[in-house]
Parts: sequence; C-alpha cells; structure tokens
Amino acid sequence: MKLKPEDLNKIRERMKSTSRLREAEGKAKINVHLGTCGIASGAREILHTFLELVEASGADDVLVTTSGCAGLCKREPMATIEIAGQAPVKYVDLTPEKVKKVFEEHIKGGTVVKEYALAVGSERLG
Amino acid sequence: MHIMDLVDNSIAARASRVYVGIREDRKQERLHILIEDNGAGMDQETLKAAQDPFFSTKNGKSFGLGLSLFAQAARESGGRLQVDSRPGGGTKIHAEFGLSHPDRKPLGDIEKTMVVLQASHPEIEFSFDYETQI
Repeated sequence: MKLKPEDLNKIRERMKSTSRLREAEGKAKINVHLGTCGIASGAREILHTFLELVEASGADDVLVTTSGCAGLCKREPMATIEIAGQAPVKYVDLTPEKVKKVFEEHIKGGTVVKEYALAVGSERLG
Repeated sequence: MHIMDLVDNSIAARASRVYVGIREDRKQERLHILIEDNGAGMDQETLKAAQDPFFSTKNGKSFGLGLSLFAQAARESGGRLQVDSRPGGGTKIHAEFGLSHPDRKPLGDIEKTMVVLQASHPEIEFSFDYETQI
C-alpha cells in the first residue's frame, strides 16, 4: 500500500492552489466524461493523461474536471474542451496518444484537432 | 471501474467528503469495499430503485448502471451489497465479495483511481484506506 492519507491531502492542496479557473480567470477547461460507459472504455487513463500533461506544462490556468455520460456511449472515452471565449469541442474515441495531440494543438496552440472532434458545441440543453 | 463509477455518483450528489475503504479479510475469505459520502442522499423509494439498471436520478437519463453493476459483481462472487442512505444524510455503500472467488473482478489500480479523482475534484475531500487482515 503506497498511497498514504496525506498524499491525497497534498494533491488536493496543490490542485486548489494551481487552479485559477474556478475564479473565472482561466484559459481552458477539460471535462472528461466519467459515466459508466466512459469508465468502462478507459476514461480513467484519459483523465490521468490530461492531469499529467497539465502538471508537466506548469499551466495554472487549465482546469481538469469530470462529468457524467454525455449520451454517446459508443464513442467513449470522450472529453469536452472549453477554451475561454470559444465554443466547446467534444473529442471522441480518445486514447492517451490522441490526448497528447489535443493538449499540444488545441489547449496550448488554440487549433481544434478536427480529426478527433465529434462536433463543436455543448451537450447541455437549455 | 465500479469504485470510480460510484464515487462519480457521490460527486453528482454534491458530496464534500468521500471515503473509500477496502479491507481484505484473508481469514474469512472476504473482500469488503466501503464507499461513504456526505452528499444529498436518497429517500427509501429512490434507494430501492437505485439498484435497478433502468433507473437513474440524473436528469433526462433512464439508465443508471453504476450501483446495479456493482451489486451484480458482488453477487457473482458470492457476496452482497448493502446501501444505507437518507435525504440530506449522505450515502454508505458496503459491498462484500468472495476474496478468492473465481468470478470476483480484480480491483485494478485503485490508488491511481483515487489520485485522479482527487486531482480532478480538489473541492472534495477524499480519504482512502486499504487494510489487509491475515
């Protein structure tokens, strides 16, 4: 058993202090869909890869969070990327390799990776 | 997979504290998994329906597989699932599995699951315990 109770506390404090998006100052929000379908398709690895990339880049204006099933289980794992001031983009059939490209080109570079994108827009109604 | 799924339910229930405890009881040949949150909780009717795969509390959804799949996984290994919950009082899920049962699903990398959950939800206080009783 390697994970100690204080390790989770440290992660919580570090993420709290480095995330400015909650105060609406951030640049990007990465939302990984963690419904049963997403988890079964490998969403945990997708979430883990995004978190590692954000940490390695030192970005303090990129928020990584999760939500439930987006309603398109067949295309999981999925993630929605929201860059401040732009329409959200939903990426489908993700793999850690695809995540690296999305992070470099879309989140850091500002260019949508069209070949992995399902559509531009949000699944939310109303 | 099941643990992440159920903790996601706790997040959806607006919990601020989530505890995951795992206890391997080698003498009794049981694996216990406890997931406890201080979220919105469920009334008796919702609680009863929650183990039905064709039920979900989430808006616009008619399916809710998380708890029903977990219950099935417990039963398949000769175990059982117990859920205690009340509105405003959080939810406590206790699953018992046959430790060496051939149909018990592997736990997977539970530490990694806890790390990614904590990192993606710093607003929630997660705690985790893994105990082995010989």
